[in-house]
Amino acid sequence: MNERKTYALVVFLGPALTAIGLFFFLPVLAALVLSFTDFDIYALGNFRVARFVGLRNYVQIFQDPLFWTALKNTLYFLCVGGPLSIAVSLGAALLLNAKMVRWKPFFRLVYFAPVVTTLVAVAVVWRFIYHPRFGLLNYVLGLAGISPLDWLGDPHLAMPAMILLAVWKNFGYNMIIFIAGLQNIPTSLYEAASIDGAGFWQQFRSVTLPQLAPTTLFVTIITMIGYFQFFAEPYVMTQGGPLNSTLSIVLLMYQQGFRWWSMGYAAALAFVLFLIILAASFVQTRLQRGRAD
Amino acid sequence: MRALKTLALHALLLLLAAVTMAPLVWMVAASFMTGGEASTFPPPFLPSRPTVEQYVELFTRLDVTHYIVNSAILSLSVTLLSLLVNSMAGYAFAKYRFAGRDRIFRLLIASMVIPAQVTMLPLFLMLNKMGLVNTYFGVLIPGLASIFGIFLIRQYALSVPDSLIEAARMDGAGDFRIYWSVILPLCKPILITLAIFTFMGTWNDFLWPLIIMTDDAMYTLPVALASPAGEHVEDTELMMAGAVMTVLPVMLLFLALQKYYISGITAGSVKE
Repeated sequence: MNERKTYALVVFLGPALTAIGLFFFLPVLAALVLSFTDFDIYALGNFRVARFVGLRNYVQIFQDPLFWTALKNTLYFLCVGGPLSIAVSLGAALLLNAKMVRWKPFFRLVYFAPVVTTLVAVAVVWRFIYHPRFGLLNYVLGLAGISPLDWLGDPHLAMPAMILLAVWKNFGYNMIIFIAGLQNIPTSLYEAASIDGAGFWQQFRSVTLPQLAPTTLFVTIITMIGYFQFFAEPYVMTQGGPLNSTLSIVLLMYQQGFRWWSMGYAAALAFVLFLIILAASFVQTRLQRGRAD
Repeated sequence: MRALKTLALHALLLLLAAVTMAPLVWMVAASFMTGGEASTFPPPFLPSRPTVEQYVELFTRLDVTHYIVNSAILSLSVTLLSLLVNSMAGYAFAKYRFAGRDRIFRLLIASMVIPAQVTMLPLFLMLNKMGLVNTYFGVLIPGLASIFGIFLIRQYALSVPDSLIEAARMDGAGDFRIYWSVILPLCKPILITLAIFTFMGTWNDFLWPLIIMTDDAMYTLPVALASPAGEHVEDTELMMAGAVMTVLPVMLLFLALQKYYISGITAGSVKE
């Protein structure tokens, strides 16, 4: 390698690789080390106070009922909210992709608007929409004869309320990806299917869904990774309540790490989350591949 | 029959549009209500006597300008710095040959699966030791280089013909000159896309600024909006004005540059 090229590479790659190494890879390793210590508020002043405790934090996590609650809530959010938001995205994409639809750019813009909003701001808005007495949602439900519900105060309703907000906020994003996927399906496939006498549903099942499989896999994985990191909605709307019914893993990590300063424990929690995401992405990819074969 | 179908389809589209817009329209409407008006029954959808008193309150007593400035400085500096850093690296990965290039690139891509939350605790301790908690620099540090950004630019720069770079070199242009006046102009669309993504991502970000900005004066807009002080504001209308001020800048940016934003989403989804 000549000198000029080496110099250029240092200039071009140096800043990025230094930043990623120093502020990403190093903290990841440090977090791993941290997760094997009892780092707490005392260690904050003097790092030497922290001691290695081996796997104690991990053992504690699996014995902590709060962790299981948080895991259950996160999985609830993921397994109900994920498919629901993907279904709405696909539905909206199919509607918008129909040939006879007019004002497509307008509808696309409207459906996409919630995606670019600030999550914290719309969570504040939805907190009032869910208000038991003055909220818009109960008012509309009231018109249909449904008596007022305490959306954020009832442990059984708080999570569905979070899911509704998330679906509203996110469906536009995946919709865009689905529209691009739909437009890549050759029209000849539909023509062939309709010559064979296939109706709308049959075409959807035998052409659209199989052709969209790679898009669906991508959308499923990014939605899943995003939903695992569920945090701002419960932080703003319920603080994890009522009765911990909306406590998520990241919220638990935040509380343990930055409210109680149990940083060793919180680091272990972050790693457990990482391993769960890794395992889930792996399983998803495998499942889809198995189906394709 | 066909006309009926078209009508039904449009009715469905309009219904979905109404449901999607309702919370945002209500947010704007409530921000123009007088104090207490939103907390009456039946809940009013539009203000009876529109007023800007909430905004006056926001800008005078609550000094929202301060938070807007914090958010703007932060988002702008992250956008500019990361655009420079990522585009240089993306170009190098696309057009330079060096030992270990593909291995390093694969390692970077693979590490995208690690959630940012893993890094936050040690990063906080590190910045705390360096005295960077409660500083702009502390908040912007994790945003300096982004693997996703490097990936996007590399994919785009791959399509720049080598002959163009060779021709520039023949004309006596140095490496940086080629990057600056040949590569960057050609990559303009992807740079704009990445700039919008970064700006919006930083503006809307919550967890990291919440951790690093512990001093009220350094809050960004979302952190200020979610702060415990805000939670006890019984004044719905005032909170809605705050929400409007938070959402409006990114909304306008999106409206102005939506073509680039949308194309970025689909570009990110066609990973090999």
